[in-house]
Amino acid sequence: MGLQAIAFYVLAVVTVASAFGVTTARNPVHSVLFLILTFFTAAGLFVLLGAEFLAMLLVVVYVGAVAVLFLFVVMMLDVDFASLRAGFARYLPIGGAVAVFLLIEMILVSGAVAERGAAAHVKPLSGENISNTEAIGRVLYTDYLYDFQIAGLVLLVAMIGAIVLTLKHRPGIKRQTVADQTGRSVRGGLQVVQVKVGEGIAE
Amino acid sequence: MTAFLLQYLPILIFLGVAAALGVVFILAAWVLAPKHPDPEKISAYECGFNAFEDARMKFDVRFYLVSILFIIFDLEAAFLFPWATSLMHMPHGVAVFAFWSMMAFLFVLAVGFVYEWKKGALEWE
Repeated sequence: MGLQAIAFYVLAVVTVASAFGVTTARNPVHSVLFLILTFFTAAGLFVLLGAEFLAMLLVVVYVGAVAVLFLFVVMMLDVDFASLRAGFARYLPIGGAVAVFLLIEMILVSGAVAERGAAAHVKPLSGENISNTEAIGRVLYTDYLYDFQIAGLVLLVAMIGAIVLTLKHRPGIKRQTVADQTGRSVRGGLQVVQVKVGEGIAE
Repeated sequence: MTAFLLQYLPILIFLGVAAALGVVFILAAWVLAPKHPDPEKISAYECGFNAFEDARMKFDVRFYLVSILFIIFDLEAAFLFPWATSLMHMPHGVAVFAFWSMMAFLFVLAVGFVYEWKKGALEWE
């Protein structure tokens, strides 16, 4: 139990510190790297809670993919951060108001959680000794069928949206056409010509 | 719970060793290495020339497209894991239902895949 407590406190401190680093780092690339550290330690906290599958998902999806996407976005936007900082005082009131509202909501939610327990009304799936991943699999594809299918449709919309928004074919660029390459035969591609000495070939 | 967490003990030890080793290397370089910097020594070195421009430049938007398509199929694979582990432990009727539920999900994403293939989004001009 002692080791678990130590692991929790180390991970929690690193999570909060690196989350703070995300907002305060001057270089946006450093912000993204702090964000990756936050994801990692949050995955560690999930493991401590026993949510093994969520932890691995956090590492695979967020660290592996979303962080890379953020890096691309940071590099692509080429934001001038000096000009962003210039409006700091002007946006302070509304930003502060949003932050205060979020703080109040978090206090309310964590108060409710501390009073009644996070999932007091939810029964555990079964008393059997099954793994986390399997427990999710037992309900996700049957009891939560609609949510699962909606997730698929959301992914489809995201895919089509990304293509529609960013795909531009530049004209005049040679592309590989695999069917033409493999469909090419000796008859079409090779020609034997008898060249007379001193004359050459007229095209 | 404890038995479950004990499975992760090696990872914890590994993290501890990695962190300690990193700190030792940084401290050793800081304490032991000779340091006599001068402006020429610490200036940017790029094949003998002065640096031409800032290293950070705008990336082409196509990287973003590839990345987002990767995320989508990454998530699809993430949905497959619980399905694969639990399908064979379900009662037969439920398993058949779960199987076709996943097939419908995969069909929706296959439609998207055909779309992006036909659009040429996977080609790198």
